[in-house]
Amino acid sequence: MAGRLDIRRYPGFAAMTVLCLTILYVPLAVVIAYSFNASTSLTNWGGVSLRWYADLFTGVEAPRFRAAAWNSITIASLAATASTIIATAAAVAMVRGGQFRGKGATFALINLPLMVPEIVTAVATLIFFSTIGLMTGYLTILIAHITFCIPFAYLPIAARLEGIEETFEQAARDLYATRAQAFRLILLPLLMPGVISGFLLAFIISLDDFIITNFVKGAGMETLPTAIFGSVKQGIKPNILALSTVMLTVSILFVTLSYFVNRLGQRSRA
Amino acid sequence: MAGQGASGAAATGYRSLTGPLLLPAWAMIGIFLLLPVLLMTVYSFLTREFRGGVDWTFSLAAYDRFLLSRGLFGDEPPVLEWTYITIFWRSVWQAGLATLICLIVGFPTAWFIATRPLRSRALWLFMITVPYWVNLLIRTVSLRFLLRDQGPLNDLLIGTGLLDSPLRIINTNLAVQLGLFYSYLPFMVLPIYAAVERYNFALSEAAADLYASRWTTLREIVLPVVRPGIIAGCILVFVPSLGAFLAPDLLGGAKTYMIGSLIEEQFKGSQGNWPFGAAVSVILMTLVLIMLLVYARAQGRAGVR
Repeated sequence: MAGRLDIRRYPGFAAMTVLCLTILYVPLAVVIAYSFNASTSLTNWGGVSLRWYADLFTGVEAPRFRAAAWNSITIASLAATASTIIATAAAVAMVRGGQFRGKGATFALINLPLMVPEIVTAVATLIFFSTIGLMTGYLTILIAHITFCIPFAYLPIAARLEGIEETFEQAARDLYATRAQAFRLILLPLLMPGVISGFLLAFIISLDDFIITNFVKGAGMETLPTAIFGSVKQGIKPNILALSTVMLTVSILFVTLSYFVNRLGQRSRA
Repeated sequence: MAGQGASGAAATGYRSLTGPLLLPAWAMIGIFLLLPVLLMTVYSFLTREFRGGVDWTFSLAAYDRFLLSRGLFGDEPPVLEWTYITIFWRSVWQAGLATLICLIVGFPTAWFIATRPLRSRALWLFMITVPYWVNLLIRTVSLRFLLRDQGPLNDLLIGTGLLDSPLRIINTNLAVQLGLFYSYLPFMVLPIYAAVERYNFALSEAAADLYASRWTTLREIVLPVVRPGIIAGCILVFVPSLGAFLAPDLLGGAKTYMIGSLIEEQFKGSQGNWPFGAAVSVILMTLVLIMLLVYARAQGRAGVR
């Protein structure tokens, strides 16, 4: 069959894939490598050292980074928790609730944060908070983050829920389990990989956000991305490379975790 | 309890609960996104307040400023104002070029991954998506670091004797396109991958049996079949590129000013103009929504067929 012409193979496509991955990873690899540079200059290589990581904790900018890291982590945890709970409830209603009026509109509403350009969301949110007179700061960032994290948490949870047959819950209900028991003891454990996946994605999305946060943060309030942006505006310094490396390691760790949780879930279902 | 579907929903007992279960999602997105977008549209028809913010009197000044010029003192007959149209046009052009580069690199990649053995596909896909989850700001900064005049790329090119003087990429259109391409490449690969994975390779075999060359088969058979995936990928790259702020701001210069920066500037300090910023946002959002609608209708038609 494949003798004359392998219809799946095109010359150059493999090379393009390698190029694609190279482009995606080289800038990150370069930043990681230079974050271990002992030299104060960005250009010259002065040997391997952890001095810029130490600088994150003891340097001039350390208090600023520490405050920003605290804000980022607490906001991401709270926003991911809230949006995951909201998204789980919504997914159960959308997937298990049968047909109801306004289902299409609800689906569009849940996905609205993905459709409106980020900068437009940022402008609209700022205008809204300013009109109702809510002081921009921690709370406004948190509200905005919960809102735009909902679809990111929703998608993996709904996808997982669609793959779970109703027969398990029906059997439980036939055996006189209450609706709450059937949810807590049957559906939730089966749904867990989707919920964890959704939580992790929402957490990263919140941790990563710059544009919306930058609009609604108010004066003096910083998250890690806005702190990094502020520093980079005055030129890239080695400590930023170290901070970037820490952040990208955390992101990659979370995504890897989410990937394996999903894989595990698929295997247990099969 | 006969049949499936609706009765299944009754059996699991969530049917009567849909309202309360959906209420938090409706409330959050309705109050903190839909309402703000509507309010922003109202703001675009208000009068500018000089300390930032607005005066609640109706005015078309924001749209007037976008489209028309009335001279330095505002007393000349109105002529078409090109400043902002040019910025929009440049954004469309930059986003379009970035989309094209993504397609050229993304299509072969998606095809290659979709034709791997089933076991390794997930891993390939994972490798494509990982960089997407790394902070966009950090990715953009890393590209800026790499491409600087005295950056590692130029060090390498000059060190190996390939070049005598550094490549000046930062602050050019090319840098912005590279940045957009780098930011959104996974968005191109994933939908095309999904389309190629569903592609029936018997079609290619039939074409090959009829003596079509590889490339003829690609052009005449494959591309029309996987087109919905390609269009989806193009939209997913083009839309965020159009309103991008970080890539033009960190990689470009004054000559690469795009819509995102124009909007951001209107809300910075007392120099800003909130109604004008709102109007530019409304125009951008309208453009994007029109594109999404056209896309949804095209997808709907393709689905029916």
